[in-house]
Amino acid sequence: MMRLNRYGLAMAILLGAGFSGAVSAANVPEGTALAAEQDVVFNNQSEPATLDPQKIEGVPGSRVARQLFEGLVIQDDEGNILPGVAKSWDVNDDNTVFTFHLRDAQWSNGDPVTAGDFVYGWQRAVDPETASPYSWYIEMSTMKNAAAIVKGDKPPSELGVTAVDDHTLKVELDQPIPYFIRMLGHTTMMPAPRKVVEQYGDGWTRPDHMVSNGAYRLTDWVVNERIVLKRNTAYWDNEDTVLDKVTILPVASENAELSRYKAGEVDLTGGSTPLAIEHYRQLKKDIPEQIHTTGQVGTYYYSFNNQKAPFDDVRLRKALSYAINREVITDKITGQGEIPAYSFVPDITAGFTPQEPEWAKLSQGERNEKARALMKAAGYGPDHPLDVELLYNTSDNHKKIAIAIAAMWKQVLGVNVDLINQEWKTYLATERAGDFDVARAGWVGDYNEASTMLDLLTTANGNNYPQYHNPEYDQLMARSKTIVDEGKRNNLYARADAMLSRDMPVAPIFQYSTTRLVKPYVGGYPEANPEDIFYFKNMYITKH
Amino acid sequence: MIRFVFKRLLESIPTLLILITVSFVLMHAAPGSPFSGERNIPPEIMANIEAKYGLDQPLYVQYFSYLGDLLQGDLGPSFKYKDFTVNELVGQGFPVSAEIGLWAFLTALFLGVLFGTIAALRQNTWMDYGVMSLAMTGVVIPSFVLAPLLILIFAVHYQWLPAGGWQGGQWMFLVLPVLAMAAHYVSSIARIMRGSLIEVMHSNFIRTARAKGLPARYIVWRHALRPALLPVISYLGPAFVGIITGSVVIETIFGLPGIGQLFVNGSLNRDYSMVLGITVLIGALTIAFNAIVDILYAYIDPKIRY
Repeated sequence: MMRLNRYGLAMAILLGAGFSGAVSAANVPEGTALAAEQDVVFNNQSEPATLDPQKIEGVPGSRVARQLFEGLVIQDDEGNILPGVAKSWDVNDDNTVFTFHLRDAQWSNGDPVTAGDFVYGWQRAVDPETASPYSWYIEMSTMKNAAAIVKGDKPPSELGVTAVDDHTLKVELDQPIPYFIRMLGHTTMMPAPRKVVEQYGDGWTRPDHMVSNGAYRLTDWVVNERIVLKRNTAYWDNEDTVLDKVTILPVASENAELSRYKAGEVDLTGGSTPLAIEHYRQLKKDIPEQIHTTGQVGTYYYSFNNQKAPFDDVRLRKALSYAINREVITDKITGQGEIPAYSFVPDITAGFTPQEPEWAKLSQGERNEKARALMKAAGYGPDHPLDVELLYNTSDNHKKIAIAIAAMWKQVLGVNVDLINQEWKTYLATERAGDFDVARAGWVGDYNEASTMLDLLTTANGNNYPQYHNPEYDQLMARSKTIVDEGKRNNLYARADAMLSRDMPVAPIFQYSTTRLVKPYVGGYPEANPEDIFYFKNMYITKH
Repeated sequence: MIRFVFKRLLESIPTLLILITVSFVLMHAAPGSPFSGERNIPPEIMANIEAKYGLDQPLYVQYFSYLGDLLQGDLGPSFKYKDFTVNELVGQGFPVSAEIGLWAFLTALFLGVLFGTIAALRQNTWMDYGVMSLAMTGVVIPSFVLAPLLILIFAVHYQWLPAGGWQGGQWMFLVLPVLAMAAHYVSSIARIMRGSLIEVMHSNFIRTARAKGLPARYIVWRHALRPALLPVISYLGPAFVGIITGSVVIETIFGLPGIGQLFVNGSLNRDYSMVLGITVLIGALTIAFNAIVDILYAYIDPKIRY
């Protein structure tokens, strides 16, 4: 069978050709002795707020939903798109009408998965009655009428998605979105079993009621203790699935997680919260083969309040950014495979070739020199020091990073930093009110494409807390949406990225990575998925 | 006595109402929305969500609507765990906290009274010093230190017991959390018991009993223990509520699905209905157990009458 890479997918779209790719399944090497019990325990680090695919907004819920439900597409171990319920698809010439051909798939109760289930799921996502926090995601895909339906101006039935027949789904977009296929793997885009949802309402996700179309079905859910999934024998690729049972824990405490891993009660740790560096170093010594680090499409950065003096002065923003010694932060504070960031889009992003900015090529000493000169030009220096309030939310890591950066600013530029630590919801309210000088921030992409990062700093984006307004940048990003050719589109992305480097609305600090402990007997763990997307159906337990 | 119980019940109504009102106002005054997250939700979508949960109504309407639902035993939907109502979550979590708490309480009561009695009867001997040093250690070591220590020894090193989880309350999952939770209370009860028993043992009626030649064991068992238990009992009322409504530290460290975790996460997430629901529950329990303590007092000390 053919495995399509990320460019292969774009080509398939470009050619409007029928697409038929490889499937993802457990690939057990020949001669591997499997354990008699195919059970795995994964710590998700947090309790999912919901398991309803159309209401999920966080990583913990998405991770579980991905095992329970399958959308039109899934991913391989490297993050390339593979067919899921859709076995192939066609696209019209102007990239606005997509026709998906569905395979013979079943829900866990034996009912067929039809195109109507996708129509229902997507209409449900935009229906104001559902109150989905992620309905904006369907709006962003520019699906016909999505925005009007979310606003309550049109009924959900007018969404641009139609079941031509049980096996054919047609999607119409208002504007061509070149990365539309990549967006389809998101949980919001999963199908929903109408009969069950209508029968049980909000309680349809209980183990007694839930019907799912993924490799697993829900058998137990004790909030704040565990979620248990068992193999869905009705799943279309059940033959190639090895793990019978998946237990998902919500242990948030990093120490408790580590204890349970060491006690043999957890097989894979969460990876969302980095380990404390002391623990990491010890583990690196004791069990290096069990530490798995993967780059992530996400950036840790500091937002400057671009609308507030004196941070509206680009010289000052640049000076503060240049004076941050990113190597020190990634080596000494985080230290788990994070990469120093000199531009906003992570290097690992699919199809994106970053253009290293000039200042990134300098030594830290040279950058400090430049920073001092810029600071002086902006009217600040040791005789007239700048006072900065640095806002961050409660977390050991954020605190350590903030202390280090405050020290760097003090040492290099003589800046006086007042550290403001706020609890999460308070921090969000402060950030949203624009009541900060510099704020800690981070962004992890919703899909693997540069626009998921770059769109963030467009004027109209609701998450543009630095309040960066640059019409030229906005136009560039708007233009990028109309370009199907991946190479040409990425040229625009590179220009946008360079513009951010020039205007420095934010100071990128490092590119995220995921560090996870995985027991040596767990096979099939994906080492290189930049979105940290994994399916337990691809894993297996070896004899141990 | 029935009149007394009835009176206490009536008194509890305004107390609970004040508790609910203050909690309601404080929760809504806290910065941040229950629905705010890393990604900003566009205003039209936020409006849909707020309408679904009734947050688009004026505050007083929300308040009276909450009271109306509460009177019918409905604690409302959880704002955080969207697939559940607060009744369901509390119904799932409370038995867990209560079971762990009850075992911890019984352990603490038994060991605390035993240690306190030994220390009092062997006052200023090595046994007194030994037991009370142990008791002091229990007070001084916080549960967030003791619990990981127990896990490290019994779960990670020896692997005799699980490091966490509930598994429907199987005994082996109970041992470490119960010990970690009871330790503090053992120490407190032992110290109160020791002081109280020493005082009782020096009182006139005990001296009279001794003068009459009654055996020491008889004096302690029949005459001294009951009055010595009074201060312990007054401590136990609120302590009992504290223990059975869960310790968030213990629940977090051992991954127990009790209401302590729900309460703290509810506060952090601004899950108004969850926090209010648990506040009402804890408030009602506190009032109830204080009343029970008063009744026990009357039973143990016949001089006390209501």
